[in-house]
Amino acid sequence: MDGNVSGPRFPLPSEIADVPGAEGWRSMYPYFTRFQPDDDKRFWFYNSMHFPEPMPAFDTITAEVPYSAIGANTARVFVFPTTLGIEHRIVNGRVYITANPVTDPDEIGRRAAVFGERAGYYYENWDTLYQGWKTRIKGLIDEITSITVPELPEFDDAAVVTESRGVAQNHYVRENFHRCIDLFSVMWHHHTEFLMLGYGAYVVFFQFCKQAFPEISDQAVARMVAGIDVIMYRPDDELRGLARLAVEAGVDDLFTEGCSSTAVLTALAGRGEGGQRWLSAFERARDPWFNVSTGDGFYHHHRSWADDLTVPFAALPRYVAQVRDGLLADRPTEALRAERDRIASSYRDLLVSGEEKAAFDQMLGLCRVVFPYVEDHKFYCEHWFTSQFFSRIREFGALLARSGVLAEAEDIFQLHHTEVDQALSDVMLAWAAGAPPLGAAHFRPIVAERKRMLEALRGWSPPPALGPVPEALNDPAVHMLWGVTQQTIEAWLQPAEGEIRGVGASSGVVEGPARVLTDVNQIGEVRDGEILVCPVTAPSWAPVFGKIKAAVSDIGGSMSHAAIVAREYGMPAVVGTGDATKRISTGQRVRVDGDRGIVQVIA
Amino acid sequence: MTQPFICWTAGVGAADATWAGGKAAALGELARAGLPVPRGFVLTTAAFLLHMDGVDPDGAARGTLGALAADDLAGIARAAAGLRARVTATGLPPGVASEIAPACAALGAGPVAVRSSATMEDSPEASFAGLQDTYLAVRGTGAVLDRVRACWASLYNDESVTYRRRQGTSEDGLAMGVVVQRMLNPRSAGVMFTRSPVTGDRSVVAIEGTWGLGSALVGGEVTPDSFTVSKVTGEITGRRVGVKLRVHSFTPNGQGISATPMAVPLRRTPCLTDDETRTLARVGQQVEDHYGTPQDIEWALLADSPADLADLADRFVLLQSRPETVWAARDPGPIASPQAKASDHVLARFSRRL
Repeated sequence: MDGNVSGPRFPLPSEIADVPGAEGWRSMYPYFTRFQPDDDKRFWFYNSMHFPEPMPAFDTITAEVPYSAIGANTARVFVFPTTLGIEHRIVNGRVYITANPVTDPDEIGRRAAVFGERAGYYYENWDTLYQGWKTRIKGLIDEITSITVPELPEFDDAAVVTESRGVAQNHYVRENFHRCIDLFSVMWHHHTEFLMLGYGAYVVFFQFCKQAFPEISDQAVARMVAGIDVIMYRPDDELRGLARLAVEAGVDDLFTEGCSSTAVLTALAGRGEGGQRWLSAFERARDPWFNVSTGDGFYHHHRSWADDLTVPFAALPRYVAQVRDGLLADRPTEALRAERDRIASSYRDLLVSGEEKAAFDQMLGLCRVVFPYVEDHKFYCEHWFTSQFFSRIREFGALLARSGVLAEAEDIFQLHHTEVDQALSDVMLAWAAGAPPLGAAHFRPIVAERKRMLEALRGWSPPPALGPVPEALNDPAVHMLWGVTQQTIEAWLQPAEGEIRGVGASSGVVEGPARVLTDVNQIGEVRDGEILVCPVTAPSWAPVFGKIKAAVSDIGGSMSHAAIVAREYGMPAVVGTGDATKRISTGQRVRVDGDRGIVQVIA
Repeated sequence: MTQPFICWTAGVGAADATWAGGKAAALGELARAGLPVPRGFVLTTAAFLLHMDGVDPDGAARGTLGALAADDLAGIARAAAGLRARVTATGLPPGVASEIAPACAALGAGPVAVRSSATMEDSPEASFAGLQDTYLAVRGTGAVLDRVRACWASLYNDESVTYRRRQGTSEDGLAMGVVVQRMLNPRSAGVMFTRSPVTGDRSVVAIEGTWGLGSALVGGEVTPDSFTVSKVTGEITGRRVGVKLRVHSFTPNGQGISATPMAVPLRRTPCLTDDETRTLARVGQQVEDHYGTPQDIEWALLADSPADLADLADRFVLLQSRPETVWAARDPGPIASPQAKASDHVLARFSRRL
């Protein structure tokens, strides 16, 4: 996005000083992520929705690959007329992005002809194509789940000989690692295959509603479209089921506030038939429904429930108590559906002309066709697939640790994937040569230095945006996916005293003590009646919504997951505040106004 | 047909505007629809015309007014002042005065509002709104009799007469009603539109309010609080708290109202809670539903009081409702029309610059 260079502006990329103690941050990231001199002329914003923390070197793959895929789909495959792809840069460990518009009317026209045919084909065949998509994505998940890391024993398998395979295990170290990277890329291409078309249908309906009802809230539009049987609620539903079973099987006494998952699981094994019944139900729920990341699938340390049972076991005691008190209700899906339909038909009734009503029906109808994808793809892609992806990478990390190249498996995430390639080559060569790998001396100091730098970078407050203020910011992706509008930019330019402004994502006004979580792994600390303040929330945070009174996030729009879940729970939410986690401290009393999108620190 | 001189507002409806006046008809209509309206009565046009028989028996004074040119401001001022003086100086016809006294007694000892109810005012076609007088916090039957005549005289305000001359409205047979209504001591009051006055959005109720009597808001003496409530979801989608430096309230034990500085802590405090705001919007919706078109409504919220007003909605009263006229006159035409395929909407949207 080009900006007005002489008008109001944010700090320029070239003006950002290195964080003291992390001057070497550039060594963690590829050259193509660096700000260039000409980048000072463009508007960039901090993508704290996806990247709320400094990037470990490996995790930059969650920027590199998605942006490679989304731009390919919008610019080259579907040929969106007015927008190309998204560029990203990293400074002090933080990912900044900008969208590339098409402004020349001739070029827009030429692209529109191609776009009409290609996008039209997808819209017309959406259901069939989406069913095929699910099959393909599940195939990718099966494949990433089944990838193994060669053991590299002293002697290779006999089968290499008896089946005359002719290829030794060390070859598969690289091939299987590459396969993980390749599958990650394929997954992201599929992820973004439907993304802009799905959101596009929503944007059109959204803009129609805003024109017909200039004062309609974003959330009212979202509620007309929202699906009811959304897969992202399933993990939470599974937990509710497990809570019921715990009471039914008489093992509910084990689920107490603050209980440890290990202690509970061990104790259950000794609780006879009831304990066994619960454990087998638990195993069934766990695969696949616990493949939800505690983040949004963009960091290796956002472990899934399956990897780290902290989140489910933080939620279970509360659900168990509710079952005992007869208070645990299922999601009132019929009532939710009736309310959604009531809202839609009420707005339809307010339209004056029959023509408008017919257009409304078409647009809303199309939204409801595309929404199963919009709402469910994250579970398949960011959660299920990505949890498995990071687990496989971690297994390669274990190989590097066994070989002595790294001190521990987790250290693999301090290396860029191209550096992992080198380390694996080292291991392959060493195994073949019968010599120790040379990587320990090379990589261990690098890993130690990077961990130190990441800690230093963590303390940096990234400006919400860089560069000149754009004259017009109405890129649909930027608005829908990031909640960034002209108003957001103005708020970033002039932060008001004591008042934190964002997008009112779910209505209501409440006060309560704040619980600021900067790291999703702290989720177990949330207590009843607190107001959650976090960089961003993900579907896996749903259980915690049963405890909190309101949710506040740094980034997110009216369609972000925090917004959707908060509406479902009927609690106020303000998303897209930019910096609530920095301006609020745990324990402070805050007032959250979900109608106006304002958070105030009271005491 | 002989019209009565006095009629309880609850007994009139929209069809009675010609002899009760628009305001009385609207209040009666609201009462009939089960909406909360303060108790009151209307002096009909029959009372006015009988009085005018005494003031201007042969209609000569009115005939003179009607013959003046719209741009003869000095002539209008002179003739209108003379007629007004005669309207207020002439004693009420005994038959009218004798009906007002018991009706006032029936309203109780508290203050009343005496409000003109013009037969041509408050109609969507010809907005005479605001040209005739209203007297607030009138106490005692004697004062009511005076204010009734003052209301009648206001039909001959210079501005009203000029307006009629410009519109070419005949003075012959012109008449007005007067509403005498219990006056309540509101905690907050204001106006609301059942569509946005700013954007014309029909899906919201726009409320403005201030502390105390609504006259401070209508007279422009305060920057009111404003609220926007979605009719569909009940959400408060807009809220701007004004700085309410003054408050209008009853003059203690005297006639009329006084304007005093607002207590500092309340100046920037919203005059409605969220619950009250949502409840008021629902009342507005009921009024719109009754009439079938967006309305411009005056409302008041009674001071917090004990259990007999447990239901919040019972604490609101409506003082006026008329059809919204500004947006009703605009027709933007349909903003979208159905396409051959639903996806055509999307293809078209993304094929032009955003």
